[in-house]
Formats: sequence, C-alpha cells, structure tokens
Amino acid sequence: MVAGKNIFELKDFSFYYGDFLAVKSVNLGIEARKITAIIGPSGCGKSTLLRSLNRMNDLILTSRVEGEVLFHGVDIYRKDTDVIELRKRVGMVFQKPNPFPSSVYENVCYGPRIRGIKKKSQLDEIVENALVRADLWKEVKDKLHESGMSLSGGQMQRLCIARSLAQEPEVLLFDEPTSALDPISTANIENLLQELRKTITIVIVTHNMQQAARISDYTAFMYLGELIEFGETDTIFVNPYNKLTEEYITGRFG
Amino acid sequence: MRWQTKEKAVERIVSAVGLFSVIVLLLIGFFLFKEAFFIFYKIGVMKVLFGMAWYPTYEPPEFGMFPLIMGTVAVTILTSLLAIPLGIATAVYIAEVAHHRVKEILKPVIEMLASFPSVVLGFFGMVVVAPILSNWLSPILSEHIPELLRSTGIPLLSTTVADFFYDKLFIASGLNISTAALMLTARAIPVISSIAEDALTAVPRTYREASYSLGAGKWDTIWRVVIPSSVSGLSVAVILGIGTIVGETMIVLMVAGGAAVIPYWIFDAARPMPAAIAAEMAEAPFRSLHYHALFGIGAILFLITFGLSLLSDFISKKYRSVRIGEKI
Ligand SMILES: Nc1ncnc2c1ncn2[C@@H]1O[C@H](COP(=O)(O)OP(=O)(O)O)[C@@H](O)[C@H]1O
Ligand SMILES: [Mg+2]
Repeated sequence: MVAGKNIFELKDFSFYYGDFLAVKSVNLGIEARKITAIIGPSGCGKSTLLRSLNRMNDLILTSRVEGEVLFHGVDIYRKDTDVIELRKRVGMVFQKPNPFPSSVYENVCYGPRIRGIKKKSQLDEIVENALVRADLWKEVKDKLHESGMSLSGGQMQRLCIARSLAQEPEVLLFDEPTSALDPISTANIENLLQELRKTITIVIVTHNMQQAARISDYTAFMYLGELIEFGETDTIFVNPYNKLTEEYITGRFG
Repeated sequence: MRWQTKEKAVERIVSAVGLFSVIVLLLIGFFLFKEAFFIFYKIGVMKVLFGMAWYPTYEPPEFGMFPLIMGTVAVTILTSLLAIPLGIATAVYIAEVAHHRVKEILKPVIEMLASFPSVVLGFFGMVVVAPILSNWLSPILSEHIPELLRSTGIPLLSTTVADFFYDKLFIASGLNISTAALMLTARAIPVISSIAEDALTAVPRTYREASYSLGAGKWDTIWRVVIPSSVSGLSVAVILGIGTIVGETMIVLMVAGGAAVIPYWIFDAARPMPAAIAAEMAEAPFRSLHYHALFGIGAILFLITFGLSLLSDFISKKYRSVRIGEKI
C-alpha cells in the first residue's frame, strides 16, 4: 500500500470508554476513492473506530484516545483541529435513517444553512445536486416541501445521504446503513455507493459479509477491539491469512 | 388468602378510591357552578364580566368584575414577559449547556424552588422587595435620573425623556403589579423550566447526532434542531406556567396592592381574581349576592385554568403522535 494514496492513516490508535479499551492499538490506512468495509462480530468496536474518524465520539464525556488519526497527514486529535470543518469534510450516515422532522428541502439545506448560505437560488441548486447524487431527485422532486419523515425507510436513508452530500464531503462514513432496510432498498443503496465511490472515499461498517464482499475494495476484520486482518476484499474473502478471519467469514461464529 | 383473591381485593379498593376522588371533584365543580350561577342570573352576564366597578359592600352593591379580570391579565402578562424567557433559558442551560456536575446541583435547587410555599414568597415580596422598590429604586428613577438628564441640556433627553422618568417611574407604593410579577416569576420559573427541560431531553439523540455529524456546533444544534423539534413540549411548559400564574393566590393577595381598579401602568396596584376571593370570602355573608359573586370569580378562574390544561393536553397528544409514528 502506498502511503501517499491514503486519505486516513491510523497509527497505534486506541479508544477508551472510561477504563474500557474498545479499540486496541489499530494501524490502518484508508485509500482515497475506494470503499473500505469494516466487518466483525457485534461489539468488536467497529462503530467506535468509525466514529473516531470524524470525532463523533467527542460527545461521549468519558472517552479518551491514544495514538494518531492522520487525515491528509494531519492528526485530527490535535488540540487546534477545527472539528466543525472536519465533520463537514468527513460526513456520516447512521444505522437508523435519522432525517430531521422537517421538509425534504430543509433537511438537505441544513449544512449549507449553518455555513451561512442564504440565497434561495444557491440553496435550490445545492438541494437539487445533492438529491440527484443521492439518486433521490426523481422520487421527491414534487414533494420537496413535505416532511422528510413521510418517505419510505430506503428513501429516508438516501435523504440522509443527500444531506451529507450537500456538504461536498471528501469522505463519507456509513455505520450499517442498510441494516434497517428491505432487500430492494438495500440494493439501491449499494448501487448508490458504487456510484459515489467515483468521487468520494467511503468507509462502511457492515454486519453483512456478503455486502462487504459485493461492494468493497478493501476489508478490515475486527475482533474484540483489535484489527485482526486488513487487505483487498478479494484476498480476505478468498484466501484469508488469519485463522480467525477465515472462521468468521465462513460463518463459524459471529 | 390466595394471591389472586388478594389481587382482586386490592384492585377493587384502588378503583373505589379512584372513583371516589372523581366523584368528589365532580361534586366540587357542580357546587362551584351552582353557586356561581346566581350572580350571573341576577345581575346579567355582560354586567358582571364587563362592569367597571367592584363595590360588593356598598349600598347598592356593584359587582363589575372587569377590574379584577384585568388585574389578573396584567399580572399574568407582566410575569410571562419575565418567566417565559427565563424559564426556557434555564431549561436550555440545564438540559444542553451545563456541565453534568453543575446540572446535578442546579436541578434539585430549581425543583426545591418549586416547592417553596408561596406565602413565604409573598412575605418576602412584602418585606424585602416592596421597600426596595419604593424607598430605593423610586428615588433613583424618578428623581436622580431626571435631574441628571435635565442637567445635560440635550434636546429630547433633557425634556421628554426626563419628564417620562419623573412622571412614570415614581413608585408610590412597593405593593404593585410589578412586585407581584417579580414574585410570581420566582413561582413560575421552576414550573416552566422543569417541564421544558423534560421536553428538551426527550429530543431523540439521533437528531443531535445528525446535526453534529453535519458540522453543526452546539448552539446551531440547540437553535435549529433541539428547540424546533421540542416546540410543542415547550408550549406545554409555557401554558402550564401561565396556569400557575393565573391561579396563584397568596402572592397576589400579599403584594399586588389590593386596589380593585384596572391597572394602567406597571407600578399600579391591582386586585387579581384569586386575591379578591381570598380577601373577601370570609366577610361575605353566606348566600349573599357578594358570596355568589365570589363564586362567580371562582368559576371564571376555573374555566381559564381548565381551558389552559385542555390546550396543553391537546398539544402534547398531537406532539406524541408525531414523535412515535414514522409517518406524519
Ligand atoms: N458510549 C459507550 N460507553 C461505554 N461503552 C461503550 C459505549 N459505546 C460502545 N461501548 C462498548 O464498546 C464496545 C464496542 O462497541 P461498538 O463500537 O458499538 O461495537 P460494534 O459497532 O462493533 O458493534 C462494546 O463492548 C460496547 O459495549
Ligand atoms: Mg455498531
């Protein structure tokens, strides 16, 4: 792996909830404009690792980190990091679709508005672009001013993706984005991710190994807070190096 | 006894007690309206509600409740201006801003304030706040400041503004609707802030997460997500706060000044409706017109507070259906 291509570089990164060590000394590079999947049994620290990449874990009072998370070569845990700017560049989509209780339009505008964009024409353009990129425009263009919560589950999730895309992020983090969706909505989102990969770096936590195998370029396997194996998805799934990885992938535990 | 039998017995007792309290409440309501009816029947609804003179012990007596109603309205508006922003701000501070240790101290303190006997607040208003207003604040506002303004010689400032201070900010008596509003604010803040805080805390964590993940700061999240999505809960807090202010008796009885005239200015005295009942009931002969008139006031008060609680019920029901259902 060539270091220069990596947009994120984790160096001996550990994460504590109080005294509990949830992520243990992880070293990992995330390549730009690829899809990196994080898999592993429930509770192994996948979400924690993912949320460390845009410092969403800051909201947890007793949390503490060790090591470094380099984003474009700069440690995001430095004191002078502009967390707001970081989260604008590294967006996040959650497990359960969580649109705000306002209109489709207002949901997508949220980020641009807090950055002070007020002009209607400019907002209109941002909203349309984001919805088109999230493959939702055709379905909602006639109900932009209806509640975002009146959409179906899959549409809500794509609305959340559009809301993040309106920020023009470089990276999007997905935490089991399809685990609450039906198979068709899941397929839609997977296709969307393939499309987005052309312009955006994607890191996705998934419970579903087939999903990781289908859509990702690289796969990281975690177990009990440790990164057990990392490599190209094809290699990991066909010819895993570690015995634990093989057992997990073949479904012998999970 | 087998436990099923015991269970049955307990159930019976509990429902009997519940039924009993409902019946007692209904009887009280019935009694209130029955006693109130006579004054409206005898004098006329319009004359009672909009009559300008409340002289219940004169010969012939007059039972115009309008000054009393306006007393309650004035005190309620003044208090609301203070208590609603302060109560909501307190709630936002406790729910969203305060460090969790500060929160642990502040929450019980506010709740304690809610259980403060209002007679103590009234007493405090009488012996501390009222003298401060009339002996200390009044000379500053109506003498020293106008003097200072006049001495500047600046047009407008040395004339109109100075005259305003001189005329309007003279506080003849510390027992007036402003003092009442201050003490009522102390009474209403804990009510408003504790309900408002529950409403803010009930905003799903996922909304906050979404907001933060989009690069919003704390204040953006509070202003644009937390407050808008708890607006119905906050309205309930405000409505119940107003209900407390309208029904509060002891404070207005002790510090509002007692004059049964319409207050036109913030330092005028008033006799809000509950104060009139409390002050006069003991002297009103049983079944006299005065007695019925006081029940009339009680009925009006009851209708106002009942209306307020219906409104808050309606809002919170609507709110719940939106929050739980995914679809609107
Ligand atoms: N807020 C928290 N406080 C304390 N422990 C937590 C918290 N969140 C997660 N954990 C613990 O950290 C471990 C990793 O959790 P998580 O990253 O959510 O796992 P995964 O996403 O792989 O299921 C689990 O043991 C979990 O119990
Ligand atoms: Mg998880």
